[in-house]
Amino acid sequence: MAYLSTEVVACIECDLLQRIPALPPGGTACCPRCGHKLATFRPGSLERTTALAVAAAVAFLFTNVEPLMTLSVAGRQASTTIAGGAWQMWEQGEKITALLIALFAVIAPALQIGFLLTILLYVRRPPAPRWVGTLLRWVEITVAWSMVEVMMLGILVSLVKIAALARVVPGIGIFAAAGLIVLLAAMSSSFDPREAWSRVRWANGDWPRPALPSFGSDAAEAGR
Amino acid sequence: MTAVARTGMREGFVSCEACGLLSRPVCAEEPGECPRCGAELEFRRRDAIQRTWALIIAAAICYIPANLLPVMRATSLTGEEPDTIMSGVVILYETGTWYLALILLIASVIIPLAKLASLAYLLITVQRGSVRNNRERTRLYRILEIIGRWSMVDVFVATFVVALIQLKPLMSVAPEPGVLFFSAVVILTIIAAESFDPRLIWDSSQGKQETNE
Repeated sequence: MAYLSTEVVACIECDLLQRIPALPPGGTACCPRCGHKLATFRPGSLERTTALAVAAAVAFLFTNVEPLMTLSVAGRQASTTIAGGAWQMWEQGEKITALLIALFAVIAPALQIGFLLTILLYVRRPPAPRWVGTLLRWVEITVAWSMVEVMMLGILVSLVKIAALARVVPGIGIFAAAGLIVLLAAMSSSFDPREAWSRVRWANGDWPRPALPSFGSDAAEAGR
Repeated sequence: MTAVARTGMREGFVSCEACGLLSRPVCAEEPGECPRCGAELEFRRRDAIQRTWALIIAAAICYIPANLLPVMRATSLTGEEPDTIMSGVVILYETGTWYLALILLIASVIIPLAKLASLAYLLITVQRGSVRNNRERTRLYRILEIIGRWSMVDVFVATFVVALIQLKPLMSVAPEPGVLFFSAVVILTIIAAESFDPRLIWDSSQGKQETNE
């Protein structure tokens, strides 16, 4: 099977062949036909992402261990964590929903951070083993299903709903979750998958020896 | 673009959806695996149109019980009170937090419906071979991919209300089957959006331009 230089791509949204030009720091290449962002050059992406991923791991820990909110009514108190919410759903018979909540709010973000940290650790010294490529594929799936920011909105709405019935106090977990959302977003946007992929050993055993055919039109450079 | 666009498929190149590597398979019918990451290669997502239709029809069916059945039931000393998605929005509106009611209305009612309608629109235009508004249709698809997850907000609301209000016999809230159907709608529409292939939007104009030559 023949392959081209990794600089030549087909836009994944419209399939137009094009070459990704040399980009200035922070520059983004967009598909001239459909406007899809093909690549962004982020110098120091891997180091910055590592720092953000470690911070996200800490925030994740606090988000899941500390209570999100505490309710007090008529001298009685109740508090909940994310896992506690999922567990209560399970206990009350909505087992599938309980599993989904655990998946979207706990397991997917945990895997997202864990996979990314592992990838970043191994791509420091290229070539990274082939299974790192598998993790790179899985990270995209975990991103699609990790919904911490949606959960946050859900928590805020439920706080207002419950406040109409009883006194609720937001816990440390909520603030940690807010930090986690910011860190996850920063982590995803600073990560450069093209850079990571270029450091992974190929599945067919090759280490890329790019040939550079002149082919395709140049992608439009959208600037900084 | 006036000239015929040089697309991967036209030139016999396939782009890996997992790692983005462009390669030229030996056999176009069976592209095989990506030499870099080992993912299965496809020129276009397999059976994209049929799969997306099937998933949005399933989601539309689930949407009915999701809205008719209660998502939770509050039990207090004064009696029982079931809560559907819409009644949750109405209660929030009446208690004075109209902006939260609006957010919930958009996330739970408008987004799922808009998503189903937009996906159906994209499928119909692709099947009719439309060549108009390609850029706008691609943008619509991108928006769909981003906003779909926000519909899950109501399921999270139900979860945390149920988790906290367990003060029997004073007051307790239990989840109801509506929540399951609602999650099903959200998940089915997310998978439906992922099954669709935006490259199909551009393929028909490719054909038109080629016949014009």
